[in-house]
Amino acid sequence: MSNSSDIKLVDAPEGVQGEGFFATKLDSVVGLARANSLWPLPFATSCCGIEFMATMASHYDVARFGSERMSFSPRQADMLLVMGTIAKKMAPILRQVYEQMSEPRWVIAVGACASSGGVFDTYSVLQGIDKVIPVDVYVPGCPPRPEQILEGIMSLQEIVKSESVRRRNSPEYKELLASYNIS
Amino acid sequence: MPLETTVIQDKLTDKFGNKVTGFIQQHDIFSFEVDSNSMNDVMRFLKEDETLRFNFLTDICGVHYPDFEKDRQLAVVYHMHNWMDNVRIRFKCFLNGDKPEVDTATNLFLGANWQERETYDFNGIIFKGHPQLKRILNMDEMESFPMRKEFPMEDGGRTDKDDRFFGRTTDNANNNLK
Amino acid sequence: MSDLLLPPEHRYAKQIEERRNEDGSELSVLNLGPTHPATHGIFQNILLMDGERILDGEGTVGYIHRAFEKIAENRPFYQITPLTDRMNYCSAPINNMGWWMTLEKALGIEIPKRVQYLRVIIMELARIADHIICNSVLGVDTGALTGFLYVFQYREKIYEIYEEICGARLTTNMGRIGGFERDWSPAAFRKINEFMDEFPKIWEDFENLLTRNRIFMDRTINVGPISAEKAMSYGFTGPNLRAAGVDYDIRVMQPYSSYEDFEFNVPVGKSGDTYDRFCVRNAEVWESLKIIRQALDKLPEGPYHADVPDYYLPPKEDVYTNMEALIYHFKIVMGEVPVPVTEVYHPVEGGNGELGFYLITDGSRTPYRLHFRRPCFIYYQAFNDMIKGQMLSDAIATLSSLNVIAGELDA
Repeated sequence: MSNSSDIKLVDAPEGVQGEGFFATKLDSVVGLARANSLWPLPFATSCCGIEFMATMASHYDVARFGSERMSFSPRQADMLLVMGTIAKKMAPILRQVYEQMSEPRWVIAVGACASSGGVFDTYSVLQGIDKVIPVDVYVPGCPPRPEQILEGIMSLQEIVKSESVRRRNSPEYKELLASYNIS
Repeated sequence: MPLETTVIQDKLTDKFGNKVTGFIQQHDIFSFEVDSNSMNDVMRFLKEDETLRFNFLTDICGVHYPDFEKDRQLAVVYHMHNWMDNVRIRFKCFLNGDKPEVDTATNLFLGANWQERETYDFNGIIFKGHPQLKRILNMDEMESFPMRKEFPMEDGGRTDKDDRFFGRTTDNANNNLK
Repeated sequence: MSDLLLPPEHRYAKQIEERRNEDGSELSVLNLGPTHPATHGIFQNILLMDGERILDGEGTVGYIHRAFEKIAENRPFYQITPLTDRMNYCSAPINNMGWWMTLEKALGIEIPKRVQYLRVIIMELARIADHIICNSVLGVDTGALTGFLYVFQYREKIYEIYEEICGARLTTNMGRIGGFERDWSPAAFRKINEFMDEFPKIWEDFENLLTRNRIFMDRTINVGPISAEKAMSYGFTGPNLRAAGVDYDIRVMQPYSSYEDFEFNVPVGKSGDTYDRFCVRNAEVWESLKIIRQALDKLPEGPYHADVPDYYLPPKEDVYTNMEALIYHFKIVMGEVPVPVTEVYHPVEGGNGELGFYLITDGSRTPYRLHFRRPCFIYYQAFNDMIKGQMLSDAIATLSSLNVIAGELDA
């Protein structure tokens, strides 16, 4: 058991506090809850998947960031971690998995291959998953160290905290999805 | 008594005459060429003969030689291994560039199945008698054969590469460093 | 068009039409993958099922085809190592060393003894790392998560050793033509010795957790068996073949890099089922530990690379001060190295079997043709044969025990 006294707890959002009440924006509270309980869908295809296994294991423990339960069903996951090279043969399947995820959903492209095709500038590799699905965070590296993957998850947490609850109805988001032909 | 290369060469030339040619020792593997019509017979002989006993098919792959004459533009290379005497052997069949066909090895070795599919996928070599000759690694709809020398390596659809920085012209778009 | 060229769903649809069970139930088609929590990597299997029992199946691979062989035709020799890393990425140093040895055979370079022993140490560490993943994930697939979390910590220790030697954790790109880029620091040897002191106890604990565990044995004995003759015909090599009873190990058959100086056993199973594969890999970890201990004890002094200025970059201080070194550096980088026109095939014993490199050179600095004989690709063909007549969850356990790594499957 850890006896350390420097455990960081999540800060409360800005608000007005008083005797028995705490008033803040609904968006902040929901954002806080969402950011600290992101359940990932590990879409591990190649070498970055092994680094994710190392991130999931006890040394770099991703569970302390709220990602305790790896969901392999897209309908039960919040964030899609695409780790590894996506070939053109795989792209329709990736898209189908993304479309099955329910709102709110975020995507992290882990590794150089998922971000932009990586080393493999060939006829069979998709040059970046942002050609088929919208991506929120790109984590470069080949493979990225577990600390970098955690940094990517932490950056996503910042995005999630500050996002509006009604993001799915906002015109920018609808335009983004329309540009990918996702209904 | 170890299996000498002279023994292998003599047994093969006795049985197949001028269908097996070009015997050469390359580093530690004895290799030769086989006429494409007798491929299956030669492989069966290598596998079943009591002295030769090449019981393991190590590898099948294809090579494209666009600079050779038309009759020898595509080659299938087979590696076999004799586990009892610890001898490896390699033989090649040269095929016509327009109509590359050779017999399948699946009747002798079950492991040849996917390897021949891969060779077909990459080079377009047809294996006669193969139970399921369709593409394996690339998409089924693909029409060209990627490992042929004329097929470009890079993804043609990229719009973000600025050729000025890479010294690329339309001639060397393959990034060919030769 | 032959029936087998149709997509499997259509073929099975016909069979479902033709056959109906006595109690009125029908056969069904199940799509396993490509994204599935139990497939380690992405490959698809379409199965024809009678309830829970599998009657037939067909696999589709190529979902991570990255065209390594095509890329290798356009890269100078020393730039192909990062590609070999990414084939069997769980044990990348074995792939790297195999490639360097192929090149050295083609170029005719003699390697000093110290380099050979160091290569043996790093290859055996990589083999241990590969078997750690395979066996612990087999545990996870049968429900035992503890083993995975427990031994993965030691995979982190192996990563630290790799970092001391070459700077990278997973895709190591280790070594150069003729040896290593730098001699191994004392910190590397200290970490290896610490690993050798701590790991045997941990592996023993892991074995105690699963090997005689009633549930694990029920789930893995007689699951996915394959006979030795069939395995040899399919081209199996490595632990999967040894589990079927054939002791074919390239380290013994065609020793490379001074493996003949070391004493080790080759563990062999009997029936080729999942339990035998698990036990063979366990035993191989013990043998690898033995080899590393012998190599560390007998490690000779000497240079850490061969004396081949034509292919091995000179140290930077010499390049800035010495004319000859400058010329060699220029020639190596610009590709004016003497390369013979030859063909060479060199196999190494990878984590999954005989990993072969078939190299055809044509005198220029890029290969004319480079073909990788990838063991995973060759033995995965037999998977559908191995699971005929078994239950679905047995198929998952079989798949896990075969140690199919997608990078090596598709290349």
